[in-house]
Amino acid sequence: MSTLEIRDLHVSVETKEGAKQILRGVDLTVASGETHAIMGPNGSGKSTLAYSLAGHPKYHVTSGTVTLDGEDVLALSVDARARAGLFLAMQYPVEVPGVSVSNFLRTAKTAIDGQAPPLRTWVKDVRKAMDDLRMDPTFAERSVNEGFSGGEKKRHEILQMELLKPKFAILDETDSGLDVDALRVVSEGVNRVKENPDVGVLLITHYTRILRYITPDFVHVFVDGKVAEEGGPELADRLENEGYDRFLSSTAAV
Amino acid sequence: MTTTTDLSTDHSRATADGSHSHGVGPLPEASRASRPTSFDVADFPVPNGREEEWRFAPVARLAPLFAAATDGVLDGHGVLTTVVEAPEVRVEIVERDDARLGKAGKPGDRTAAVAWASFPRATIVTIPKEAVASEVTSIRIEGVEGAGTHEAALEPSATHLLVHAEPLSQAVVVIDHVGHAALTETVEIVADEGAHLTVVTVHDWAEGSVHASSHRLRIGRDATVKHIAVTLGGDVVRITPDAEFVGEGANVKMVGLYFADAGQHQEQRLFVDHAVPNCISRVTYKGALQGEGAHTVWVGDVLIRAAAEGTDTYELNRNLVLSDGARADSVPNLEIETGLIEGAGHASATGRFDDEQLFYLRARGIPESDARRLVVRGFFAELIHEIGVPSIEERLIGAIERELEKSMSVLDALSEDTTAITHVEGSEVSLTTERA
Repeated sequence: MSTLEIRDLHVSVETKEGAKQILRGVDLTVASGETHAIMGPNGSGKSTLAYSLAGHPKYHVTSGTVTLDGEDVLALSVDARARAGLFLAMQYPVEVPGVSVSNFLRTAKTAIDGQAPPLRTWVKDVRKAMDDLRMDPTFAERSVNEGFSGGEKKRHEILQMELLKPKFAILDETDSGLDVDALRVVSEGVNRVKENPDVGVLLITHYTRILRYITPDFVHVFVDGKVAEEGGPELADRLENEGYDRFLSSTAAV
Repeated sequence: MTTTTDLSTDHSRATADGSHSHGVGPLPEASRASRPTSFDVADFPVPNGREEEWRFAPVARLAPLFAAATDGVLDGHGVLTTVVEAPEVRVEIVERDDARLGKAGKPGDRTAAVAWASFPRATIVTIPKEAVASEVTSIRIEGVEGAGTHEAALEPSATHLLVHAEPLSQAVVVIDHVGHAALTETVEIVADEGAHLTVVTVHDWAEGSVHASSHRLRIGRDATVKHIAVTLGGDVVRITPDAEFVGEGANVKMVGLYFADAGQHQEQRLFVDHAVPNCISRVTYKGALQGEGAHTVWVGDVLIRAAAEGTDTYELNRNLVLSDGARADSVPNLEIETGLIEGAGHASATGRFDDEQLFYLRARGIPESDARRLVVRGFFAELIHEIGVPSIEERLIGAIERELEKSMSVLDALSEDTTAITHVEGSEVSLTTERA
């Protein structure tokens, strides 16, 4: 049983015009076995939260804390955060030419576990996970994300999540740009991970559509860099009917 | 400072307009075809660095090879050439006046003319007609002056090598350059009708070495030549491979791989001369740079003459800048004198080590030094697999691993303290290391 605790998090991002404050005091607690949906209009800071947790150098934490079972996550390097159990499924996965998916997966698994996975079970695990995500076996020999379609990139992110077995998975708009078939496949993958009671999921999305496939335990609505409203799954239904207008009209900045 | 160019152009539908050329900076000659070539060293004044073909080069460091004080003739004996040949292959040491020498083009610059004027004796490697070499032929050119001591005076020397593949023969020849030397070199590569010849030249000189090498390829009808140039070690290495098609239906693939560390200058100037119809050329050069003062230059000239209908050519240069203080110059030039071609294009790109790639890999738990290794290996992997000679491929992968070891030791030391690394921005890390 683990806990990811975010307290009063303030984050600014580097822009050409200088530092710009995006997160203005985010409080969030995610425990193992829970699924939290983070929703909100464009520019509300959802992705900034995701990248800040993963440690992207462009984002600067100006105040607040993030702890994983009491350990200071913000003091860790990007790779140490991943080894501590955080996983970010990226909205825009990066191409790495010349590095095959199979080599990449094995290197990552070795880094996370601190030792190389036993070859026989590893090959079987990879094949099974790819099969579940309806990925062709030839996929393993392609260069990471190079020439992948939008759906292939997202499936590849979920594949990594299933194989690396993080304590907390942050899914940054994994649903955006997917057609219904791809969305279903990706959602099945997330639900397989969710079955494990030792995993907590932070599902960042702009749309309510994915929540028909993945049922959240909690819904948080982000507006202007902090949580504006919180509730259970019923809040997502309300957002589906009403949209974000209710929140936007009360925001002077928009 | 880093020069970043991204010129990607498809000329397959070009129309004949007399001349077509891209490039950065001045091109004094109207056409590459009009650049002078000569066996007479007196035709090439001592370079001062302002000439088009010397403008990127550190002429002061190359000065020993210009032989300014000795009328363009060097009399050093600073290198030892050793050949281990395949049983089907013939090796001879010949005098300067051997009639077979000097048949593949003419010298195109001062160092090439000095090499021609100076070599004491030449080595000729012949793959006889229809012979198929069962093994790799290895030629080792070793600098034997002042070995191991940086300060020892070098005797500037010249050497001449001819690799001649007779009709329908087939062979792989590897030329290794090692040790400590100041050497200007000619490598003539003659592929007769229907020959299949692969020549791999590896420049892995010791620190303090200065090297200029003129490779002149003469490619006959239906011949296939693979020319692979690898540059790793040496203070200054400048190679000028010129490929000339003399028969229809021939095919040349020119591949280059280079890795420059702090203070190293690695220059490659290629010229592919499509003078006859229906030939194919592919040029692919990739380089990585790291450390203060690491400088690489790639100039790729392709000329499609009016008679060369049906030509198919593409040239590509990619550079990966791994640290601050390194500079990559990349200049593709394409001249097209006929519109009746299959295709003609070029691309050049110089990029910094990509911080987003690094973030992506590190976000999967992979430590920074390992992530960098993955990316650099990946950058070269495709190129190495193009070589098609497994023993050479393995050697090159090993050589790149050693280059990476040198640069990554700094990062490995850092990563032992995981909290320190969070304050290090990806590509801002100083990668300057000691070279062996």
